[in-house]
Amino acid sequence: MPSLKDVKMKIVGVGKTKQITRAMNMVASAKLRGAQARIERFRPYAAKYRHVLAELAGKAEDDAHPLLAEHQEKARCAIIVVTSDRGLCGGFNANIINTALKLAAEKRSEGMEVQFACVGRKGRDAIRSAGQEITLAYGDRMSSVDFALASSVAQEMIHGYETLALDEVWMVYGEFVSMGHQPPRSLRLLPLTTPEAEQTEESPAGAGSDYLYEPREDLLLAELLPSYVKVQVYRGLLDTAASEHAARMAAMDNATRNCNELINTLTLLYNKTRQASITSELIDIVGGAEALNG
Amino acid sequence: MSTLQLEIVTPDRTVVSTETDMAVCPGVMGEFGVLPHHVSLLSALKIGPLRYSDNGRDQYVFISGGFADVNANVLTVLAESAERAEDIDVARAEAAKRRAEERLSQRAEDLDVKRAEAALQRAVTRLELARR
Repeated sequence: MPSLKDVKMKIVGVGKTKQITRAMNMVASAKLRGAQARIERFRPYAAKYRHVLAELAGKAEDDAHPLLAEHQEKARCAIIVVTSDRGLCGGFNANIINTALKLAAEKRSEGMEVQFACVGRKGRDAIRSAGQEITLAYGDRMSSVDFALASSVAQEMIHGYETLALDEVWMVYGEFVSMGHQPPRSLRLLPLTTPEAEQTEESPAGAGSDYLYEPREDLLLAELLPSYVKVQVYRGLLDTAASEHAARMAAMDNATRNCNELINTLTLLYNKTRQASITSELIDIVGGAEALNG
Repeated sequence: MSTLQLEIVTPDRTVVSTETDMAVCPGVMGEFGVLPHHVSLLSALKIGPLRYSDNGRDQYVFISGGFADVNANVLTVLAESAERAEDIDVARAEAAKRRAEERLSQRAEDLDVKRAEAALQRAVTRLELARR
């Protein structure tokens, strides 16, 4: 039987842990709102961009631009791994990292060399300790993702692809599907696949044929495509940031619940121990009195 | 009088969303004006000011290059960054200008001249607009 004091201390300790997990849950939910608002603000830009590009790409040849063309020889592949900087968010980062490593193994079996670019400290640390080659790493940036970051990551990849130093570029990130669901997702960035033209009522297929282009289509495409890579990377960053907070909220909610359960069990134990000690004291006293009377 | 819907969007926010009767964009092939019922157009934009009229008063918006899409009487400007003239951070633009000038004058080995020049031009354009 543990002593009364030990149990009391344990209850206090778990209570403090509970306070922390509950606070972290609330902080994560506030940050999640911020991250979701960023996604919302980015949506009009991304949607319009897709629309414009689809319109234009529909008319271009498949290999009209170096970023669209598949390389004949596939020797090197880069994987951008987007994770969070901090842990305590359940299996969120581990899932992303496993997906990335699996993808790397797959690419290696196709005969490619694989190198990593990491955004987020957790991914960087894990990939490094897995003994993989990291060419680019950005840590401590997930709390302040901005387009400039996406832009510089994308720029590196585009440069590599255009100089034939890279033959394929993938990105693995945590897609933000809903509050309760943030699956890791891998997306091929390069060679680019252009978005399909969406057939909506205001823009039925073929409506773009009377478009004026300035400058020529192919020059315009050369301007649009690199930025589209940036748009996709930015989306990956924003999604991962939101997913991280959602995952942490869920993890902390769970932890708080577990604390409650533990406190209940411990309180029960505490009361039992207390009663047991009172009982044994009573027996002692009664036994002593009996001895005196006798 | 008929009007045209003007939307200026950046990855971070929608900067302008308004009705106007004319907008002048800094196209790569020169400035061009867009009036209501303009034919569908897709144009690349360079760094420069975009002007539109708001009930007869000219408003200026800084555009860091990007694209303008005119379709169904809506002019959408996609820019990596854009600010209304009155929102331009003069101190920051001046610092950026100094930095870019320094980099260009030092001519370091690994200098990305194109990028430094673009940065300088963005800063200069921002300053011009802010002082207008």
